[in-house]
Amino acid sequence: MTAKEYWQANLKLIAGCLIVWFVASFGCGLLLAPWLNQFMLGGFKLGFWFAQQGSILVFVLVLIYYARAMKRLDAEFLAAKDKL
Amino acid sequence: MSDDAHLRLLTLVVVGASFALYIGIAIWSRVRTTGDFYIAGKSVHPVANGMATAADWMSAASFISMAGLIAFLGYDGSVYLMGWTGGYVLLALLLAPYLRRFGKFTVPEFIGERYASNTASVVAVICLILVSFTYIAGQMRGVGIVFSRFLELDIGTGLVLGMGVVFLYAVLGGMRGITYTQVAQYCVLIFAYTVPAVFISIQVTGIALPQAGFGASLADGGGSLLARLDTIVQDLGFASYTEGSRSRLDLFFITAALMIGTAGLPHVLVRFFTVRKVSDARSSAVWALIFIAILYTTAPAVAALARYNLTETIQPGPVGHPEGNLVYEERPGWFRRWEDTGLLAFEDKNDDGRVQYYNDSSADFEQKAGEYGWQGNELHVDRDIIVLANPEIAQLPAWVIALVAAGGIAAALSTAAGLLLVISAAVSHDLIKRQLRPNLSERGELRAGRISAALAILLAGYLGFNPPGFVAQVVAFAFGLAAASLFPPIVMGVFSKRMNKAGAVSGMLSGLTFTLLYIVAFRGIGGISPIFEDTPDNWLFGISPEGIGVVGMLLNFVVAVGVCSFTARPSEEVEALIERVRAPGQGEVDA
Repeated sequence: MTAKEYWQANLKLIAGCLIVWFVASFGCGLLLAPWLNQFMLGGFKLGFWFAQQGSILVFVLVLIYYARAMKRLDAEFLAAKDKL
Repeated sequence: MSDDAHLRLLTLVVVGASFALYIGIAIWSRVRTTGDFYIAGKSVHPVANGMATAADWMSAASFISMAGLIAFLGYDGSVYLMGWTGGYVLLALLLAPYLRRFGKFTVPEFIGERYASNTASVVAVICLILVSFTYIAGQMRGVGIVFSRFLELDIGTGLVLGMGVVFLYAVLGGMRGITYTQVAQYCVLIFAYTVPAVFISIQVTGIALPQAGFGASLADGGGSLLARLDTIVQDLGFASYTEGSRSRLDLFFITAALMIGTAGLPHVLVRFFTVRKVSDARSSAVWALIFIAILYTTAPAVAALARYNLTETIQPGPVGHPEGNLVYEERPGWFRRWEDTGLLAFEDKNDDGRVQYYNDSSADFEQKAGEYGWQGNELHVDRDIIVLANPEIAQLPAWVIALVAAGGIAAALSTAAGLLLVISAAVSHDLIKRQLRPNLSERGELRAGRISAALAILLAGYLGFNPPGFVAQVVAFAFGLAAASLFPPIVMGVFSKRMNKAGAVSGMLSGLTFTLLYIVAFRGIGGISPIFEDTPDNWLFGISPEGIGVVGMLLNFVVAVGVCSFTARPSEEVEALIERVRAPGQGEVDA
């Protein structure tokens, strides 16, 4: 893996994470919230739940995923470099 | 000893003990090098850095005011929850790892070297100082207010005490001292926040986890808490709790301004310079967000439970029934105590001896209120009471109340200290060392750093004591300013090889100027009165001054890209620096 491929893989990861981030907050928590409110999650209207709880949980999961994926990518890069 | 005197003594002991702890840490961690002073010698463990970032970030506003804001705004208050947590995603994906990889001391230093320009660095320093000072005055004020409410000292004495403690650990301990006191402060504040929340959740719904409790059914069999809350607040003329009333476009822009502003705040960014390696910057962003999320998912629960408790206390019977409202003479003890502070105020407008609390600015509800014989809302409720009075409303023991006082002070002090340090680093490192006196020795620079931290504390204290009318309003605008000025040049500095000095400088200046002018035009500053009336009809595209930072940021990007397209490409050295910042690796890039 070259430094360029590493950067491309990183950009792809970032783009994916940003999409999830946007959909959870601006999507489910804001723009789609009035529609989602017709569904219930326990005692919560779903749109309201995303705005006050769900989006924050998704943020945490996105960051955990990104940190792990980058750790793997770093390891792959090191392994490829060692082979040379 | 009376209950009140007992409570005050206990509060004094708890707050005093927390101060002793902070000062002890300061003495243990005092520093001798500039690397220690600015970025704790790049030796902070990611979990500790996560905690310190959380305390750094969560200010008096998060601790004291946010749940109250949400309690009265309902769904519309979600902008604070999503905005102030979602920013960490941007921070971790787009900024933190690269700033750590760059590996110097400050944000203006990154901008200066990336754009190979002293001008860019000085403009960044100006943005940084403007953002940080608007923010810090509010913190010092918060310290003063907590002191005066819980210990009945006057605000001035409270301020001087707070300044003294911050002075000790920021000036002696620098970033190292601040980091470890922030870790302690996080523990104090999160404990103080969650304990009352758990007890109140158990009392109202029988569920110990507040995050689940506020979506559960009422313990008294009255059905779902949120459904009940929706009904009763609407019966009283307020907007539905779970649906809110603000325009979706404005909510969108405010959320975006808070998120991007969070990612552009210098005192948060600098925390990611302090960890050992690049992967630690990523994992400590995860920890920071987890520690912040504990408070930020509890806050909406506190908000809903407290709004429910408050409404049920004032309106125990059916709305409109002549005996449906609380008899003033039978009000609970906490009601009396908080009346003394002025945070609760009752005025019997219709002389019926009962308390009516409803939305008297709703034209639709006016007729109903008239039929009920109500002649205006009779209760003034300060939003801050939601967190501050919570333990009393839940009848928790006195030590919990004392802990909440210590928690509020911890939240304000930790943020103030973090801000002071970035201001002093910008002055002593970016202005004095890098611009005015390049030959300054390390010891000289350290002394300059300490002196500028001390001066910044004095100025912050002065601003906290004599808040120039605009400070309280402007605190919220610090985010818009950070989003419009600092976020774009850092992001483009990493993700675009083409972006150059002319683009970055003109972008920063236009974003900052536009946002500042828009805010002044609608809200005014100091002696300047607003030029336009602050109503949605007058706003540009219907975006409030709180959300305008996003437009400023877009303007920054557009101007930067435009100017950049007809000016020279950055030099090869700069291009090589970008390559090194992007490349995998754990340490810093060589300059």
